[in-house]
Amino acid sequence: MSLEEKIRDIIVDKLGVTADKVKPDAHFIDDLGADSLDTVELVMAFEEEFNVEIPDDDAQQITTVKSAVEYLSKKAGE
Amino acid sequence: MSLNKRAIVTGGTRGIGRAIVKELAARSCCGVLFSDVAFIYNSCDECAEEIQQEINDPGTKIFAFKADASSFEEAEETVSKAIEKLGGVDILVNNAGITRDNLMLRMTPEDFDTVLNINLRSVFNYTKAVMKHMIKQRYGRIVNIASVVGLIGNPGQANYAASKAGIIGFTKSVARELATRNITVNAIAPGFIETEMTEKLTDQQREILLRNIPMQRFGKPEDVAKVVGFLCSKDADYITGQVINVDGGMVMS
Repeated sequence: MSLEEKIRDIIVDKLGVTADKVKPDAHFIDDLGADSLDTVELVMAFEEEFNVEIPDDDAQQITTVKSAVEYLSKKAGE
Repeated sequence: MSLNKRAIVTGGTRGIGRAIVKELAARSCCGVLFSDVAFIYNSCDECAEEIQQEINDPGTKIFAFKADASSFEEAEETVSKAIEKLGGVDILVNNAGITRDNLMLRMTPEDFDTVLNINLRSVFNYTKAVMKHMIKQRYGRIVNIASVVGLIGNPGQANYAASKAGIIGFTKSVARELATRNITVNAIAPGFIETEMTEKLTDQQREILLRNIPMQRFGKPEDVAKVVGFLCSKDADYITGQVINVDGGMVMS
């Protein structure tokens, strides 16, 4: 499974949305109906799945599907 | 697999905490609740053994962990060990508490910090340590033991009252944050309960206190423990962010 697919699956699972809604520009809160706690949970799920630590400052920048993919692929490359 | 609920109780060896551990372990009536309990204690090793022997019920597992509740690192470590033993966590009872009474004029900064750290900081520590698990499983029951003193104040207890009032504010805020995750957070405000903590009172102090208690008697640790049992039971699923006074009518709001 590619990184994008894994991220999509986590978002689908955590936010209870259908996979077709998880477009690159989709904003977690504005487009996918997440609340503030959901976004924290999402980051926690990313940390667990990809075995990385995401500092709070970075976590606050992860607001869209695209930003999650970019951030996590960069982390994976480190 | 065990169907028991899994509880962590801080300050579990003495006074109210001890009664809470027993209540959660034994509350098997009506299938309401029956828990495996990990309790945290700080000083009394004999009490920890005693309580394990007293419960000694094959239907429930009891684990004891020694830790300083005011230390965040120790809390994280203890909770993760407890979760390993229990197989998860459904209930947290923040009960650990001490007094360092003195009139404000004589109270030292150390007296203030020590009481705040053990009574209030510990609530932050343990709540933080169990939260992720509860959020993930979409279930949790957190009960914080405050005090009527946190509501109405008491001369000689500025530090204690501040810590207990802090617990109430904390309870309400966290209750709001976690409500959508099916985690309830409530506080109990005991009045004067017969424990080692209140044994120190002089006869004269008791006399004055009794005058302010409509029921004209002190409470028992079990009176508080029963309410903890209720708040952790299915019957209380729709109650969150509340402070329940168990005080013989001392404070009515």
